[in-house]
Amino acid sequence: MQIQPILAALKKHRLATTLIALEIALACAVLCNACFIISQRITAMHIDSGVDEAALATVQLTGYDSAQAADVDARALAALRAVPGVESVSLLNSIPFGSRRGTAGITTDAAGKHFGGVIEFYVGGPGSLRALGAKVIAGRAPQADDFHAFTGFMPDQGSVQITQALAEHLWPGADPLGKEFWMLKSHFRVVGVLKNLVRPDPTGWSAERRQWAVFLPAQPGPYLTGSYLLRASPGDLPRVLRDALASLAKAVPEVVIDREASHTLTDLRRDVFKNDRAMAGMLVGVITAMLLVTALGIVGLASFWVAQRRRQIGVRRAIGATRRDILHYFQTENFLIVTGGIVLGMALAFALNLTLMKFYELPRLPLYYLPLGAMALWALGQLAVLGPALRAAAVPPVVATRSA
Amino acid sequence: MFAYYLDLALHSLKRNKMLTALMIIAIAVGIGASMTTLTVMHVLSGDPLPGKSAHIFYPQVDPTPADWNNPRHPLAVMDDRSALELWSARRADRQALIVQSPVKVSAPGVDRPPLQLTLLATTSDFFPMFEVPFAYGRAWTPADETSHARVAVISSDLNDRLFDGADSVGRTVRLKDSDVRIVGVLKPWRPTPLFYDAQGGFTGNGYETSYYARPEDVFMPFQSALEVNDGNFFQFTCWGGGPPVPGHLEGSPCLWVALWVELDSAAKVADYRAFITNYAQQQKTLGRFANTDTRMLDLVQWLDHQQVIPKNARLQTWLALAFLVICLFNTVGLLLAKFLRRAGEIGVRRALGASRRSVFAQYLMEAGLIGFIGGIGGWLLTLLGLWLVRRQQTPYADLVGLDMSMFVTTFALAIVVSLLAGALPALRASRVAPALQLKVY
Repeated sequence: MQIQPILAALKKHRLATTLIALEIALACAVLCNACFIISQRITAMHIDSGVDEAALATVQLTGYDSAQAADVDARALAALRAVPGVESVSLLNSIPFGSRRGTAGITTDAAGKHFGGVIEFYVGGPGSLRALGAKVIAGRAPQADDFHAFTGFMPDQGSVQITQALAEHLWPGADPLGKEFWMLKSHFRVVGVLKNLVRPDPTGWSAERRQWAVFLPAQPGPYLTGSYLLRASPGDLPRVLRDALASLAKAVPEVVIDREASHTLTDLRRDVFKNDRAMAGMLVGVITAMLLVTALGIVGLASFWVAQRRRQIGVRRAIGATRRDILHYFQTENFLIVTGGIVLGMALAFALNLTLMKFYELPRLPLYYLPLGAMALWALGQLAVLGPALRAAAVPPVVATRSA
Repeated sequence: MFAYYLDLALHSLKRNKMLTALMIIAIAVGIGASMTTLTVMHVLSGDPLPGKSAHIFYPQVDPTPADWNNPRHPLAVMDDRSALELWSARRADRQALIVQSPVKVSAPGVDRPPLQLTLLATTSDFFPMFEVPFAYGRAWTPADETSHARVAVISSDLNDRLFDGADSVGRTVRLKDSDVRIVGVLKPWRPTPLFYDAQGGFTGNGYETSYYARPEDVFMPFQSALEVNDGNFFQFTCWGGGPPVPGHLEGSPCLWVALWVELDSAAKVADYRAFITNYAQQQKTLGRFANTDTRMLDLVQWLDHQQVIPKNARLQTWLALAFLVICLFNTVGLLLAKFLRRAGEIGVRRALGASRRSVFAQYLMEAGLIGFIGGIGGWLLTLLGLWLVRRQQTPYADLVGLDMSMFVTTFALAIVVSLLAGALPALRASRVAPALQLKVY
């Protein structure tokens, strides 16, 4: 196939060609970046929580004083443990994908000079870490004598389990076991490493900070109260939660059951990522509409050119060009225009990515998105031009003998 | 002339139905996508106090200690002492303190489980300053504030839930363990964004959408609220070990109180700026402040500073506009092909005496007509898009709808886009040399 005559023909339609190429270029830039954002959101949605979500639910109580806490907890725990099918009930201040009560900044020295970042303290009563099902990959799980009684925000000392990600951030490359850190005057020592334990609010943090959490064992008391972790077999969990809420309404009628926050962890997870899901859905919609419009533009213009060149096509056919030659002519023409658009589009995609990086904390666009985007647009172009090109190929040579 | 061109345009559009349909679909889809996102942005970035927001200001001072390494001075809220001192100086036309806290609410004699709601501790100027509408009763008086009276104003929503919407002025609600007399009930009130609460702690950490939540359900005089709901107050941040008793923040080294002021003239604004600057310097001399940083933004600047508009919404708008540009290019290409196909026809018209201007006008009319029909399609697609947005569970979902101004904008945008798309092809068409075209025949 000679491209010389095609280029010569395109020169006659310089403006229309340029416009279609520009359209392809913009589509390429938007396509690459939108797909990248979608993949980012989907990755975020599939974060490993490190806990047995399917088997866990939470019940949240509010509206009582710390002085009443012991009494309320005793009645609530008795009621919850009596619900048939409940495997365990424990106290945990923050809940993965749920309530957030232990967010604090830490330092890696007693003087408070070396800031370690803002992390989540999961302050949990006996049995809560086991109920979560968080995997201890080094060191040990909490022992009975690790659980201290406390007043105030959280225990001011203790032996904690830390996530792998946080350990690597605080002490890169070093063994975290035995290391210490501080929160204001409170002092903690690492005795175990957890594979993963997600923050309650992962969407609020950059990707590398979403697993910055520690488990701090503590005895239930006035400030670790009303936030329960229920474990039951996954199939039975919705029923167990329903029964638990009903029996709590009878056991502790004077307090408020926070129904908005009392859910299975599966439901809480879905809720946390609803914005990301909506955004990904919206982007898929925009991409689809954009590709559709681009394809329609190509179909329209190609049909037009075919109609315009009917006589020329007839002449070419009459002097020996095969149907295949005509088909290839239009396919090659489309390929050249799309290629021109893609070359510009790659530059645009990169520029758009730089802008998004600046304003929306998006990472750099991986280079492999560019060839993938190019391939998609080539395919789209060829698909769109196929119909008009086949129509062109079907033009009979006899057309040459008729006048316009 | 207009009617004649319209007739010509209709005629021309009918001649190539497929191409016409393609152009109309492209315009409609582009308009639909961009108007959906622009409408969401319009709702989110609206002025919550039209006509008044320029007179509402958010003064800030910085009570944090010298050894406290926070790069953002001053922080979003103040300690109670600074806030109360600035408030009681009464240097502004109106001034209101703001603190939120969760509170247990029930009503004696009303049979329903207690509710956990948000209590706004504020001062009497809050209601006139923010133009809060009352259905029954009125705000409390400054005298109620000094006497620490147990009075409250409740939202229309809470009035519906507890008293079935009846006039409940004079009735009692139980807040935590105290009985409080209702002095006022609000009309449904939904400031968007919830501007006076935009000092939330975790800016940029995914909490932005709470700026579009509903207002609080219970409003009480500042000191009375602090007494009634003692133990349930949360700090924005603290230093030096935090509050001695959690939930009780009065006199603690914590930031937790916000102050809003109304200043009705430029001179008063300048005076108030000088006032807080002097206050900060005076406190530094007293040894209470380490930094003399102050700031006073007006309402709109403050919302901007707090990045209230969700980033997702902005991103979607940019994408939709890029998409509209793609649709525009598409239409230009198609119109160009279409108009130049009719070069012979144009040649005849020109030879018969039509001026370039009238050829240009005729073809622009055709483009405008495509824009208008595309606008109708775009309007329908916008309604569909907004319906999809409302189905998302965002706090602002219920606010999103197409108001009159956005309805007009939809058509204006469609026609402007298509005229823009039509201008170049029409210009080309009007430049057709008649002699060259006539030779063919």
